[in-house]
Amino acid sequence: MAASAQDASAFVQYDRVQKSYDGETLVVKDLNLSIGKGEFLTMLGPSGSGKTTCLMMLAGFETATNGEIRLDGREINNIPPHKRGIGMVFQNYALFPHMTINENLSFPLEVRGMGKDEREEKVRRALDMVEMGRFGARRPAQLSGGQQQRVALARALVFEPALVLMDEPLGALDKQLREQMQFEIKHISDRLGITVVYVTHDQTEALTMSDRVAVFEDGRIQQLAAPDELYERPCNSFVAQFIGENNTLLGKVENIQGGIATVRLDSGDVIDTVPVNVERAGDRTRVSIRPERVEINPGHLGANAHTLEAEVQEFIYMGDVFRTRLKVAGSDDFIVKTRNQHNQQRLQPGQKVRIGWVPEDCRALDA
Amino acid sequence: MALPKHADTLERIWHYAYIVICCLIFLFLIAPILIVIPLSFNAEPYFTFTQKMLSLDPTGFSARWYDLLLTFGMNNAEAPRDSSWWADVWANAAWVNAAKNSMIIGFFATILATALGTLAALGLSRPEMPFRRAIMAILISPMIVPIIITATGLFFFYSKTGLANTYFGIILAHATLGIPFVIITVTATLVGFDHSLTRAAANLGANPRTTFFKITFPLILPGAISGALFAFVTSFDEVVVVLFVAAHDQQTIPRQMWNGIREQISPAILAVATILVVISIALLATIELLRRRSEKMRGMSPA
Repeated sequence: MAASAQDASAFVQYDRVQKSYDGETLVVKDLNLSIGKGEFLTMLGPSGSGKTTCLMMLAGFETATNGEIRLDGREINNIPPHKRGIGMVFQNYALFPHMTINENLSFPLEVRGMGKDEREEKVRRALDMVEMGRFGARRPAQLSGGQQQRVALARALVFEPALVLMDEPLGALDKQLREQMQFEIKHISDRLGITVVYVTHDQTEALTMSDRVAVFEDGRIQQLAAPDELYERPCNSFVAQFIGENNTLLGKVENIQGGIATVRLDSGDVIDTVPVNVERAGDRTRVSIRPERVEINPGHLGANAHTLEAEVQEFIYMGDVFRTRLKVAGSDDFIVKTRNQHNQQRLQPGQKVRIGWVPEDCRALDA
Repeated sequence: MALPKHADTLERIWHYAYIVICCLIFLFLIAPILIVIPLSFNAEPYFTFTQKMLSLDPTGFSARWYDLLLTFGMNNAEAPRDSSWWADVWANAAWVNAAKNSMIIGFFATILATALGTLAALGLSRPEMPFRRAIMAILISPMIVPIIITATGLFFFYSKTGLANTYFGIILAHATLGIPFVIITVTATLVGFDHSLTRAAANLGANPRTTFFKITFPLILPGAISGALFAFVTSFDEVVVVLFVAAHDQQTIPRQMWNGIREQISPAILAVATILVVISIALLATIELLRRRSEKMRGMSPA
């Protein structure tokens, strides 16, 4: 990830980029990131983590305090936004309210001096692509949020940019529409072969859409990885906490040997874990286990599985899954998710059960 | 504001008292204007209601003061009313000339005030603009400073620079008075302006000039129109600055009224006032309707 030298294969490259608004605190601290052509990369992070600033620097609305941003091998730091040729979908869509949908889509073609017939053809094709062909004569205010979203997408694509930026484009939609649009955006970007840089704070969105996800926190990329790796092998406790639901148990490393870290939990229990960023015996550690990797009444896990005593605190019926909150090894916020299968037992608060997991699913991270 | 079913006696009393108070305030504001309208049809040269008018006797009313507006100042008012009579009205009638001057001055002062005020509002809305509040306060000051002080200042300044006694001077002076209205209305429009629209335009490839003319300007136009209207009305009924800056033969409608009150007091002034009230209401109503229509069309109903 520290590819600070010019990377020939990169389509977009941030090279040691720093950004400060007030000249004192860095909002973006030493960003190095290479994005390949045709890649769908998501910048994920809580608000204030610097992800939107990174996107705005690429679009040209913010200037980098230090470092270089390259697009297709060319430095673009000093190119004004209107000459960059990058498409962008804004958080609030930013459709021009005084123009019809057709005029909105025609705008980028008009400023490029394209002829009327060609413009109409392209606008029609772009609207058809997002299934909005019938709405060309309307004004943005006459469309629903989801429809405006589609138009905004079509407008960002109509002038055929090689790179499209999306700044939390689905934030204002309801859950169902959001999920539908996630797939549509993904399909369209795959079909057109465009490079997409997508900013979101919604981890589900990041996981379902991206080729790679960059997790931002405190102006730095904490982890840059494909979704499955990010979820299953988070490299520090921030990423583990931020992506998906996560159980943590606090403890101290007793011994690291042969790719296994033995951890003595604060409750006194000793478990085997995969060491990730613990260095030596005696380190404080935060052990992370995903709720769906924990079994209640484990009978069929291997011989090396850990089992612990647990007391049910709360049982929540969520439809497809049951979410059980347990008191385990001193922590009373230990979540276990079980699928709502036939004959699945519904636990009662106060009930004592045994839970277990395989050591490979248990990762020792920084405390 | 319907009274809810659960309202108790005190709430009911207050509800009706409130309506009465509102009506009284409304009457207080509108009565001086309304009283002028029937009085302008007085058959007698008085500013009071005659016995005949109060008993609604038709002989108590006449349009003679409206007729006087045309004939006053004519070379030959007694001639038969053919085309040469009307030409005489157009060329010599004092009120007609005053109206012509008022329209010319009002028109150009409005254009100037709208252009400058809009530019100022745009500049003041940018976050990187230094001393925004101080500059805003200075630009708004003609609205707050007593008009007599502005007029005195303009008189001395324009006398030295040769602008006094010229149309251009009056237009500049009225533009000064109109600019604050434009700044305030356009600034109000810009508060609700979505700046991501200009970013979107830039992102789509439009240079700053195209962005302004295609995106920003059409969207702030309703505010600019409102401001222009206020600027026009300000110029149209302004008398103090005209008294100071204009030449003796540069009469405007308000100045002509002022002269009329001093020299020959007659209900002709009330006739002018009535016409002005009707024109103002028509103007404001038309433009407000147009503005609402365009805002509705753009889906930007006032929040």
